[in-house]
Amino acid sequence: MTTMPNIELAKATAAEAADEAVTKVVARDVNVYYGDKHALHDVSIDIPEKAVTAFIGPSGCGKSTFLRCINRMNDTIPICRVSGRIEIDGSDIYDRGLDPVQLRAKVGMVFQKPNPFPKSIYENVAYGPRIHGLTSSKADLDEVVTMSLKRAGLYEEVKDRLTSPGTGLSGGQQQRLCIARAIAVNPEVILMDEPCSALDPIATAKIEELIDELRENYTIVIVTHSMQQAARVSQRTAFFHLGKLVEEGSTEQIFTAPQDKRTQDYITGRFG
Amino acid sequence: MTDIAAPPPGARRFGLSSDEAQARLRRRHAAEARFRAYGIGAIALAAIFLVVLISDVVVKAMPAFTEYRLTMTVTPTLEQVSSDGTTDPQALRSGDYDAVLRAGLQELFPQVTTRALRRKLNNDLLSSGAAMTLRDRVLADPAVIGQPVTIEALFDDAADLYLKGLMTGRRESAGQGQAQVTLDGEDVVLTSSAPDFARALAEVKESLREEAAADRREAARLTAAAADVSGDQREALQRRIADLEGEAAAAEARAAAADAPERLTADLPSKLVFINGGIVKLTEISASEARGTVLVPLANTDAVAAGRWDILTLTQPEANRRLDDQVVAWLEDLKQRGMVASHFASRFFTSGDSREPEQAGILGALIGSALTMLVTLVLCLPIGVGAAVYLEEFAPKNRLTDLIEVNINNLAAVPSIVFGLLGLAMFLNFFGLPRSAPLVGGLVLALLVLPTIIIASRAALKSVPPSIREAALGIGASHQQAVFHHVLPLAMPGIMTGTIIGMAHALGETAPLLLIGMVAFIVDVPGSITDAATALPVQIYLWSDLPEPLFQAKTAAAILVLLAFLFIMNGLAILLRRRFERRW
Repeated sequence: MTTMPNIELAKATAAEAADEAVTKVVARDVNVYYGDKHALHDVSIDIPEKAVTAFIGPSGCGKSTFLRCINRMNDTIPICRVSGRIEIDGSDIYDRGLDPVQLRAKVGMVFQKPNPFPKSIYENVAYGPRIHGLTSSKADLDEVVTMSLKRAGLYEEVKDRLTSPGTGLSGGQQQRLCIARAIAVNPEVILMDEPCSALDPIATAKIEELIDELRENYTIVIVTHSMQQAARVSQRTAFFHLGKLVEEGSTEQIFTAPQDKRTQDYITGRFG
Repeated sequence: MTDIAAPPPGARRFGLSSDEAQARLRRRHAAEARFRAYGIGAIALAAIFLVVLISDVVVKAMPAFTEYRLTMTVTPTLEQVSSDGTTDPQALRSGDYDAVLRAGLQELFPQVTTRALRRKLNNDLLSSGAAMTLRDRVLADPAVIGQPVTIEALFDDAADLYLKGLMTGRRESAGQGQAQVTLDGEDVVLTSSAPDFARALAEVKESLREEAAADRREAARLTAAAADVSGDQREALQRRIADLEGEAAAAEARAAAADAPERLTADLPSKLVFINGGIVKLTEISASEARGTVLVPLANTDAVAAGRWDILTLTQPEANRRLDDQVVAWLEDLKQRGMVASHFASRFFTSGDSREPEQAGILGALIGSALTMLVTLVLCLPIGVGAAVYLEEFAPKNRLTDLIEVNINNLAAVPSIVFGLLGLAMFLNFFGLPRSAPLVGGLVLALLVLPTIIIASRAALKSVPPSIREAALGIGASHQQAVFHHVLPLAMPGIMTGTIIGMAHALGETAPLLLIGMVAFIVDVPGSITDAATALPVQIYLWSDLPEPLFQAKTAAAILVLLAFLFIMNGLAILLRRRFERRW
């Protein structure tokens, strides 16, 4: 059977809005090397503001590598080298004068495995605002924590046990806690590296719902293995294969009328 | 759908019910059972060794935890206890308290008049610590001068050992017949209506036989040895063999003559007779009567009914022990008067080392060890953890850091005595720090422990999952913030474990301390890290070298203290670790 998978597409109106949106992140000719290995070849892409962009592709295709270039997380790997140009709001993030720590406050990240700090739920969320000096008083901080937890859709579930350890929550709750922690420092871009791959379908649904809500305020880039998920949550989709960006376009177009043979093969399940 | 039950043609069939498969299964089960048995056996063996070790140490240490004291009443006079006739503390400190005790002992045994016996009474019974007890008492309350004071005077170590039963075996038997006492000049002649003395004589003959047998064995051993040597040595050996055989023959002859009277010489077990409130040491026994000298005077020479008098046999001959029969008789007399009591030897935990085994305590070494450990901990925890954090988290990975890492690993394997030599050359000779001081001991041990702490801390830091680091970096924490806010606290339990293991290692370390002079005989309890001190393992080493049995007991007791110290340290570490872990 080679029929197109039955995928429920995100609202067309949103997709159209995304097409008209301002470009937030611009990448041009990005190459990444891990030592001698050339992991990413000449990736150029525009990521629109206040929309969800999904990176799909088979394992090892470089989508996570590219994601980690956007907040310079790759800097922490000693053998990793990045060339090319990535701009956020028109300024080069690989500029010598730019402090990568400042950049990461602006470009938050949520990881594949929920990784709350082994501290209380409150402390998990409060940590970011505290180190960046975003709040002036305890009451202020409380408000930021509450707001972040509410936005992450976790507040109702944990409001009575803010002091209990974050690691005691369920997987889905932990991931939402990580999202709350990321949005507590009020970033402009949130990078999500397969945020649902360690979660069950119900927790996944909740996270996806959350991503859809967050789109109103944040630019979101999500790496996912699940094409259904990409179709459900994203407005734009980019397909990576063997370290190259094969095709990029509105989600609807990628899933209904892929231009490239490889994209078509991937989304129809021929490989991957 | 294909039928899974039917394998495709040509596929190999794995029969799980064939005989071969069953045999394989049995072999696997047997191998697993064997492995379990090995494990249990290993643990059981280790547990047995541990129990044997600990119980051996505990049994050997028991005599060190009790001490016998003489409850005596003395009357210190101002002339005796004050060097200048005033009650000024300075004058009281240098008073002659021994004189007070001598007077007190004279009062207890008024019949002791000869110079030799008096000296024995004054020197062999009480420890020199007794005078200090009295001095402290008088210093605390000078009003007792001129008044009768009851003190608990510590016995000398030989007397203490006798009272603890460690010097000689004792065999007491009640007299079976009515005893008659007759004075014969200086001696006392005892007769009994029952064959009490015949039995005593038989015991003496038995001892003679044993002695003869021992002589023969020794002669045989020397004969074998003589075959290997020649010349003068051989002649000397042969003379010795001839002597031994002569002695053995004489002893056998005496033993064979069952009814012949025997003289109880110093190389035969002593026999003391308790009769009429006095003590008689038997010198000659025949089947019908015994002759002896009076060690403690008899109240009268009345006949004594059966069961009201006793014969005490001291199995260790007088010639082979440090306490002669006279002192034993005094001790037995004091015991009968109820003036001797065993107490918990708190002195062991409250005083420093001493040349006198009964006065030696562990406190000096304990404080010395504690101060040394303090210096070690204060130095090596911050330096070790700092070095580990830098090397693991911040240092560039290049040839230089590789070299440093290799060298740290090598340092951990350097024999501790080398660190002692380094300490001697550097801290004592170059920097001129005080010899025997806990400060230098702590410095040397810190050098010894640092590699252990660095290696353990690096392992602990490495074992923190990278996701925590990423989480912190992902919300804009700097590398340093990530390390100090998240990685280091998570690594702390591991770091603490490593530190405690290192400290425990340092606590038991002896060799480097020997080289920097912490092996000296130091009586005073150290008050600061620059005072001369010794440490627990060194104290154990020092005591274990001394021949006195009480020092041997104190060696075992000091080992127990060291073990307790270790257990407390480890317990503390576990407690701290729990606290750290609970916070997450």
